[in-house]
Amino acid sequence: MDVVIANLPLYLEGFGVTLLLLGVSGLGALVLGTIIAAMRISPIATLRGIATVYTEIIRNTPLTLVVLFAVVIVPLLGARVPFILSGFIALAVYTSPFVAEALRSGINGVPIGQAEAARSLGLGFSQSVALVIFPQAFRMTIPPLINVFIALAKNTSVVGGVGFVSELFGVGRTLANAHGNAVIAILIGVAFFYLVVTVPLGFLATQLERKWVVQR
Amino acid sequence: MSGSSVLFDAPGPRARRLSAILSWVSGVLLLGTVAWGIMVLNAPRESGGITLPGMFDPSRWDIIADPEFWNFVIFTGVWNTLRAALVAAVLAVALGVVLSLLRSSPIGWIRIPTAVLIEFFRGMPVLLMMLFILLVAGTGQYWAVVAALAVYNGALIGEALRAGLVALPRGQREAALSVGMRPLQSKMLVEFPQAFRQMLPIIVAQLVVLLKDTSLGYIVGYQELLRVTLNNLGSFYGNRYLFTLWCVAFILYLAMNLSLSWFARWLGRRGDRRYHPGKAGPAPVDPSQALLLAEANAAARQSENA
Repeated sequence: MDVVIANLPLYLEGFGVTLLLLGVSGLGALVLGTIIAAMRISPIATLRGIATVYTEIIRNTPLTLVVLFAVVIVPLLGARVPFILSGFIALAVYTSPFVAEALRSGINGVPIGQAEAARSLGLGFSQSVALVIFPQAFRMTIPPLINVFIALAKNTSVVGGVGFVSELFGVGRTLANAHGNAVIAILIGVAFFYLVVTVPLGFLATQLERKWVVQR
Repeated sequence: MSGSSVLFDAPGPRARRLSAILSWVSGVLLLGTVAWGIMVLNAPRESGGITLPGMFDPSRWDIIADPEFWNFVIFTGVWNTLRAALVAAVLAVALGVVLSLLRSSPIGWIRIPTAVLIEFFRGMPVLLMMLFILLVAGTGQYWAVVAALAVYNGALIGEALRAGLVALPRGQREAALSVGMRPLQSKMLVEFPQAFRQMLPIIVAQLVVLLKDTSLGYIVGYQELLRVTLNNLGSFYGNRYLFTLWCVAFILYLAMNLSLSWFARWLGRRGDRRYHPGKAGPAPVDPSQALLLAEANAAARQSENA
């Protein structure tokens, strides 16, 4: 326990980097994922194809492999990128198809009768999407999206593990190597900081789910 | 909402032409990007006065003709990955079944500690769990990877199964109780089998995640596919082959995961057909929103790789 308290500044520093990774790559994934989702439902066949293939490939690739590409292969090509930036990009790219799937499943969850009813009342495309479909899709989308972000918070540890970025996991590993006699306390300290992010988000998702799900 | 064509009128000739043009333009743009990427990879570059050959230069790829190379990659790398994934998958499903039953127990003393336990395991990166088991339990890398994956995915499968139990129509339980079954009988004989079937595609998809997660063994030093290719063979053949080795690992992972994903999807379709034998449609007509959400959530959690 003493080791944890003595190294609290290090922990907090690592925690800050973890939050930074979560924030920046989360934002990136949200933007990329929205684009992918829009491409997947667009009337243009090529865009749909591209988005589908992209989703399939990324979803079936381990994150470790993506991060290794960003931190090992890209420097081989002569690009000098700071490791944290590689981490941002790898995490954003890896998370984006999952964001897209969450958005798409929310839209798919709205029964088709809703759209038919809106159209038969004479609402146009934008009206029926904005007034009928989206408000219902929104509440189906948020809990899965929160779950994607919880996963992202945990995924940042991979960047620490292979990416030479000293975030929470990296700090924990360094400390565990330095203080072999207090490994349990050190790693529980690391786990505590992860839980501080993931557990409240998980509760939020469950609450929203409970509040918003309508039994038909 | 799967048929978005409801949302707008059928496109006329002009809209169709525009869509075709945009389709071609985006196709050409994609090809251009791919060509540019290949060119960047293929360009020889200067490094400290020496010219290194491009990434597709034959001198970087001659190892793939070596049978010894494939021998090591397949029989050490792929085998170790599959071995860890298989054992962990069996343990995870077993653990998930137990946890879901405990989690939905009517007895608070069982339900609440299980919920806390599941929450705890779900909230932690698997990587941290692997490191913990490796350093604290001192079991060696193989069991560190297997045990961490089993516990973590077991917690997730348990949650999915519980969501399946909750999403079942209440009439199932009421019917079972009214024909004289005890609550436990109803759970084991009526509710759980249905929940398991309903959630089977999600469970198999979770096993794809498990398979992907074995790659974290790279970080804790387990000799799986990624470590064998990028680390062992990387230092054996030299940095010159890193890109080749990465490509080999990428394609092997993609092959393994895609076949498992397709299996999951096939299972899902088969299950749907069984539930709705008369209808050919890919999805149940009016699934309850709770179940849809449970499925979406489970799919969202599958982005986890840590």
